[in-house]
Amino acid sequence: MKEYKTITKIAGPLVFVEKTEPIGYSELVNIVCHDGTVKRGQVLDTSDEVVVVQVFETTAGIGKDSGIRFTGETIKMPVGRDMLGRILSGGGKPIDGGPDIVPEKRLDITGAAINPYARASPHDFIQTGISTIDGMNTLVRGQKLPIFSGAGLPHNNVALQIARQAKVPGSKEPFAVVFAAMGITKEEANYFMQDFEKTGALERAVVFLNLADDPAVERIITPRLALTTAEYLAFELGMHVLVILTDMTNYCEALRQIGAAREEVPGRRGYPGYMYTDLASIYERAGIIKGKNGSVTQIPILTMPGDDITHPIPDLTGYITEGQIVVSRDLHRKGIYPPINVLPSLSRLMNLGIGKGQTREDHKKVSDQIYAAYAEGNDLRGLVAIVGKEALSDRDKLFLEFADLYEQKFVKQGSDEDRTIANTLDIGWDLLATLPIEQLVRIDRELIQKFHPKVREGAKA
Amino acid sequence: MEVKDNSKQASGGKLKRIAGPVVTAVNLDAHMYDLVQVGNEGLMGEVIKIQRDEVIIQVYEDTSGIRPGEPVINTGLPLSIELGPGLLTSIYDGIQRPLEVLVQKMGDFIERGVSAPGLPRDKKWEFKPIVKEGDTVKPGSIIGEVQETNIVHKVMVPPKVNGGKVKSIKSGLFTVEEIVCTLDNGVELPMMQKWPVRVPRPVTEKMNPTIPLITGQRILDGLFPIAKGGTAAIPGPFGSGKTVTQQQLAKWSDAEIVVYIGCGERGNEMTEVLTEFPELEDPKTGKPLMERTVLIANTSNMPVAAREASVYTGITIAEYFRDMGYDVSLMADSTSRWAEAMREISSRLEEMPGEEGYPAYLAARLSEFYERAGLVHTLNGARGSVSVIGAVSPPGGDFSEPVTQNTLRIVKVFWALDAKLSQRRHFPAINWLNSYSLYLEQLHDWYDKEVSPEWNKLRSWAMEVLQKEAELQEIVQLVGSDALPDAEQLTIEIARMIREIFLQQNAYDKVDTFCDMTKQYAMMKAIRHFADLAYAAQLAGVSPLQIISVKSKNELQQIKFIEEYIPALQKIEADMENEFNALRSAS
Ligand SMILES: Nc1ncnc2c1ncn2[C@@H]1O[C@H](COP(=O)(O)OP(=O)(O)OP(=O)(O)O)[C@@H](O)[C@H]1O
Ligand SMILES: [Mg+2]
Repeated sequence: MKEYKTITKIAGPLVFVEKTEPIGYSELVNIVCHDGTVKRGQVLDTSDEVVVVQVFETTAGIGKDSGIRFTGETIKMPVGRDMLGRILSGGGKPIDGGPDIVPEKRLDITGAAINPYARASPHDFIQTGISTIDGMNTLVRGQKLPIFSGAGLPHNNVALQIARQAKVPGSKEPFAVVFAAMGITKEEANYFMQDFEKTGALERAVVFLNLADDPAVERIITPRLALTTAEYLAFELGMHVLVILTDMTNYCEALRQIGAAREEVPGRRGYPGYMYTDLASIYERAGIIKGKNGSVTQIPILTMPGDDITHPIPDLTGYITEGQIVVSRDLHRKGIYPPINVLPSLSRLMNLGIGKGQTREDHKKVSDQIYAAYAEGNDLRGLVAIVGKEALSDRDKLFLEFADLYEQKFVKQGSDEDRTIANTLDIGWDLLATLPIEQLVRIDRELIQKFHPKVREGAKA
Repeated sequence: MEVKDNSKQASGGKLKRIAGPVVTAVNLDAHMYDLVQVGNEGLMGEVIKIQRDEVIIQVYEDTSGIRPGEPVINTGLPLSIELGPGLLTSIYDGIQRPLEVLVQKMGDFIERGVSAPGLPRDKKWEFKPIVKEGDTVKPGSIIGEVQETNIVHKVMVPPKVNGGKVKSIKSGLFTVEEIVCTLDNGVELPMMQKWPVRVPRPVTEKMNPTIPLITGQRILDGLFPIAKGGTAAIPGPFGSGKTVTQQQLAKWSDAEIVVYIGCGERGNEMTEVLTEFPELEDPKTGKPLMERTVLIANTSNMPVAAREASVYTGITIAEYFRDMGYDVSLMADSTSRWAEAMREISSRLEEMPGEEGYPAYLAARLSEFYERAGLVHTLNGARGSVSVIGAVSPPGGDFSEPVTQNTLRIVKVFWALDAKLSQRRHFPAINWLNSYSLYLEQLHDWYDKEVSPEWNKLRSWAMEVLQKEAELQEIVQLVGSDALPDAEQLTIEIARMIREIFLQQNAYDKVDTFCDMTKQYAMMKAIRHFADLAYAAQLAGVSPLQIISVKSKNELQQIKFIEEYIPALQKIEADMENEFNALRSAS
């Protein structure tokens, strides 16, 4: 392979090389430093005059004397069955002291788009054991459902609880977890690793770690390596794969950094104008394919800068993912775990995974009713702060109390408490029973006859 | 799309630079918007800029691995699509490649460099001529028919072809490429025609629409109707209900043909349409909804240049069916992703950006697109229409951004989605105070005649109550509801009934998902009936609390979920009278 020594400019993560033979767009590049270390990069722009290479590691040590080798192929990832149980760097190299991965295949990490015609509609209910998710924002296999959180909130505990407890009731199909860390601290990473080890989940997991002190640009490829692995496990080995990506905010920062280095016209708040398309090329790699056994379910985690849900990172994410689980600082301050605020949360695939034959016939209506009642009670809190409780009508007082009860009984649960969906819905009914029956306008009569605790007691008596 | 290699010159065009979906070629004779084949694999691309000896091309497929020096061939044709039998029930990408065929050719993932014609070549259709030898035909004339699904596909003389006398015409089974008709001027007509997507198909005359597109959605038909041939925008933050509303329109609106464009959105949503529509029946014809539907799916992770083209592909198909005399409705979800595709391409051209990085021609492109909607007399004299409903996805849900603002300047109906409503699961989360329809006056007579002479008054009454409620709520926020006079407490309650009974509509309930105008009228009339009784009772000294606890009011909540609602509604209204009589005699 030919080695060029024609670097003319190095700026941030970008290296400019001149006088090359024709080089392919998005080709993988190896850069050999004078001390012999080899760094990897990718062609961002190629022409007769100059080739622009984005380096995935720090450019420290690269100079005009470094050699550039164009590999003639796009970035590929070696994948194989023996990746399960392994810990890899954010660039895909083993860092657990174990042997190299024995590749069964080498796959392009950009991953082609799944043909919409080849997709199968997701419908398998995943029970996470967390009431606010199962009851109100149900997760289904093949969904991409991010956790929107803020700095200092217990999103990692929530993600781990999901990873520990997630199951499709009644299913014994093989499953795996792919965990990709981008720019999180060593301490946070340890927290995940210890939990994986303690629960034995590590055996069925593939871990990619790009930590806070690892090169930021490497974060651009970490989620792609993770998803390539996940697709291999799912669509070639038939496993049900849960992918946890954390923290997507760090990923987006890296994207912004590269955009700035390329002197691109920035979009909102300095993030590149193509961030939507770029994020979509990650998040859309979830789903189920007709005629294949496995599935890829994604739970990306992101921290909203300034807890602002309209910030471009959560905003563009929400426009791509199939809903979002929002972790709330208010609930956290009240000492409620998991502090999930259902009002801004949403699972768009919920309707495909619930109801008779999947969860329970009353699921949808119970959830709608709890939403409406909680939203109303929550609004009244604002009013009470101004006019005092006395000014409320009796009806309004009931809704106000409902909101408190709901947070204490339904939202709050132990970090090891694994509630069944029946359990969750029954708690919901107990709460709704504190409201007059005629206020339950979202629920049809038949369901009230069948499930309302007071009506059932009345029927027994 | 299939590209025929009838290049007008064998010029040795060569690639000079590749940077993502935009590439530069030199030594290429080209005109703007010519379709070109890029690189050794012949990827499809379109000329979007010419400067000095450089030709800038947007490529509809992934350009990874392409090198400078690879060849570029100009087809000399603009980006065109194929129109003819075989469109209905199809699902295409942004440049009319059938996704079903792509799965057969290259598997579950979309790889590049595979082309497939928009219409199946081997399938034979039963062609029934409706003109005879010796008849004179003009551009746009219908020469025959094909029973495509339950829809009759009218085969037309293409708009830009010279008319003449029919020399011969066949009858029987033909593929779309076989000649079915020849004219005395030598023109040979197969069933298929091609049309460049960026050019509107011509019509004789545009007219002002006067008939509503009935959607079965109460807040739309009842309060903010769109006309057949009209335009509407539905902007809203993520998760507020743009897609669900568009899908509801695709399912239930009384259009004869539906074109649904998934432009830069989710793959699973298109799958949902593909799995759901074949099982749903058109409430009017009882036939599977899929049979009247064409889908364009260029999801967010598919090439961005093809996303830019997808809305043009969609609207061209819509116009083609309009030319047959059909009422077509087109949903574009989401026009913001289309605008972003323009922005991405424009920034790679290093054009001077306008507002928020969008190209300065954003407003022009949007209005050109919406102008392709309309109620028309077609070239063959029929009446046809294209209604366009565009979703808009404003960053951060802020409607002051350029795509929303430029869209609102053009469209006549504004359905403003509101995150506050969707968060409390008030669906459809359309804000009744901010939304509007500029067609109300034009449609007034239709509602008078087809629904009831009372309808327009009922509508205004409901809007007034809702408006009044908004004012009262401001006071309540300061002093609590108990401080309001009795009559105003009642107004708040009546407004709540309008919101919860009439406006809220559950797309996932098998009955409530569609509500015809008769039922809408009956529901609103019942609420009005309650209101009249309530105010009268209040004047007679009955307290608001007693009125609010009237039992029949709660029964009214259930009407929307009942299919055979008429007897139930009659009983409720009778009970209502009895209850109020009882209250009044007690006080
Ligand atoms: N009419 C409706 N009836 C019942 N539920 C609805 C209705 N409209 C919206 N929803 C609920 O809201 C969710 C989000 O709606 P939808 O997917 O249409 O949002 P969107 O505005 O298209 O968001 P995005 O911009 O992210 O695509 C749906 O999954 C559904 O749960
Ligand atoms: Mg949508």
